[in-house]
Amino acid sequence: MDLFEYQARDLFEKHNVPVLGGAVATTADEAFAAASAMGGKVVVKAQVKVGGRGKAGGVKLAVDANDAKEKAGAILGMDIKGHTVHKVMIAQAAPIVDEYYISILLDRSNRTFLVMASVAGGMDIEEVAHTAPEKLAKVPVTAVEGISSAKAKEIIAQAKFPADIADQVADVLVKLWETFQSEDATLVEVNPLVKTEDGRIVALDGKVTLDENAEFRQPTHEALVDHDSANALESAAKEKGLNYVKLDNGQVGIIGNGAGLVMSTLDVVAYAGEKFGGMRPANFLDIGGGASAQVMADGLSIILGDPDVKSVFVNVFGGITACDAVANGIVQALELLGAKATKPIVVRLDGNNVIEGRAILKAANHPLIEQAETMDGAASRAAELAAK
Amino acid sequence: MSIFINSASKVIVQGMTGSEGTKHTRRMLASGTKVVGGVTPGKGGQSVDIDGHQLPVFNTVAEAMAATGANVSVVFVPPKFAKAAVIDAIDAKMPLVVVITEGIPVHDSAYFYAYSLQKGTTQIIGPNCPGLISPEQSNVGIIPADITKRGPIGLVSKSGTLTYQMMYELRDIGFSTAVGIGGDPVIGTTHIDCLKAFQDDPDTTAIVMIGEIGGDAEERAAAFIAEYVTKPVVGYVAGFTAPEGKTMGHAGAIVSGSSGTAQAKKDALEAAGVKVGQTPSETARLMRAILGR
Repeated sequence: MDLFEYQARDLFEKHNVPVLGGAVATTADEAFAAASAMGGKVVVKAQVKVGGRGKAGGVKLAVDANDAKEKAGAILGMDIKGHTVHKVMIAQAAPIVDEYYISILLDRSNRTFLVMASVAGGMDIEEVAHTAPEKLAKVPVTAVEGISSAKAKEIIAQAKFPADIADQVADVLVKLWETFQSEDATLVEVNPLVKTEDGRIVALDGKVTLDENAEFRQPTHEALVDHDSANALESAAKEKGLNYVKLDNGQVGIIGNGAGLVMSTLDVVAYAGEKFGGMRPANFLDIGGGASAQVMADGLSIILGDPDVKSVFVNVFGGITACDAVANGIVQALELLGAKATKPIVVRLDGNNVIEGRAILKAANHPLIEQAETMDGAASRAAELAAK
Repeated sequence: MSIFINSASKVIVQGMTGSEGTKHTRRMLASGTKVVGGVTPGKGGQSVDIDGHQLPVFNTVAEAMAATGANVSVVFVPPKFAKAAVIDAIDAKMPLVVVITEGIPVHDSAYFYAYSLQKGTTQIIGPNCPGLISPEQSNVGIIPADITKRGPIGLVSKSGTLTYQMMYELRDIGFSTAVGIGGDPVIGTTHIDCLKAFQDDPDTTAIVMIGEIGGDAEERAAAFIAEYVTKPVVGYVAGFTAPEGKTMGHAGAIVSGSSGTAQAKKDALEAAGVKVGQTPSETARLMRAILGR
């Protein structure tokens, strides 16, 4: 889960990473109140989970609270690269004399954590890595060793931070590690980390990504979920515990078991759909190992509730799950849904108990269900039905 | 022969007394796997009857190894306790630990992976994987044993159900070993580890490699194939239609910016001489053409 800047700021503050004052506002009036409380100049910053908001006009300096209200009014509701601005952060303004960069992230390629630090902050760090790699220190850190004060000093020295601030920055790095580890983050990035006129080191803007697998031991993370921007179908699916992702420009609803097989099903449908005017998959939905009637009914009801969907492809390989259980699930799901089920459903069953499964669907003789022998054949038929 | 496990493998089940652990212990036994015991902290000294097999339960992996001579452990422990279970196995110098558990926080898997490297005596497969099977010899994990038989194909895949699908497509030919390495961002055994083992295994004639979006493991595997693998390899990559920034089921299956795309992976594999199928069925046909069957 990616956090908004203001949420990252709050997490930093919780772990004693130095930050400036900041408050979130969803209306111009709230922005006025926040700016009044802060006093003086403030920066009004659009809260969107996408880069380049500054260039898009989503960050404005305001001279006072009235100005902040006006700027917030202009920024709220803006569209930045397809993201609607629902919130702004009112941040204290501070005179900056220098900008740096620090991040800690999961390095998948090397199966370890990685610290990146640079005195060339405020820029796109990928650009720095590309054009001036010598200005970016990259230091692997294992989960076992972590970042002690000594290790932090070593990293900061390697990144050639000026001597007068090195200890301060190393201290920030230790606190960022504490944030990273104790919050189960996969990314903690500060860009820029700044030196203010009065010599303080402050995290001015941050990005944090949290590991959803750690929710069981991170009870406070639930409150950080962004419900405003969530797709309605995705929210409904999440409530039912379904692993669902809505896809744009699709017509064929997809249900399958196992993440890899479902991903593959999307591709096979898109491939088959080329012959039928470019029909594409409308969603990803993995019902996992135990395809009970209830899970199948929940899945089907989400997909049939998607106005983009013209046909449905149920693709199940019975490994541990038996095909007869899945077939019963489909039949019962259609009974549960009754008149709400209106779109043709192509079913491909294979694997464990496939003969029994296919026989159950045949015996049910439901007008919406069609069976196909192979995955490729089923994808083609589902695309054909969607194009009708 | 086969890779990683064979008919001599002695397996203990960490979490055997839980519902998933018991269910799959039964399946592993039914397919002829030598399951010799289980580990559940606090339940040591008990014994569990699974279909007539009296299996002793131990408090620690070290005790289980000492008493049974086990050389493989399979972990069905829930996410909350998985880190402690794997560390217990590493401390006992268990040679192979197969972590089936899905949903382990990446800080925990990064920790036990780093710990295993530090100790240098344990190979981890997974987490979030279906395990591995050398048909008619040993089955460690949750792969259905009755899909196919022993044969000349080696298979490595991030995904469980795609593993089953591919085994099913080529069921008349059979497999030396099929390994599901898991779909998490940090895994213990990679495509490359399996490719190397298959290349060195005299009973494996050809290799199927299944990848998916996210990370750069497939690109690295392609470079390794070009350099080391002389046996024919066919490939399949899932996730061409996945949009950027959305996790597709597996925690690791996510396209970030231009990295981790299916197209990049397919291109890298093809550049290394791997024939890549557009669908699982087409991939199976490519394998048939290579084997002349």
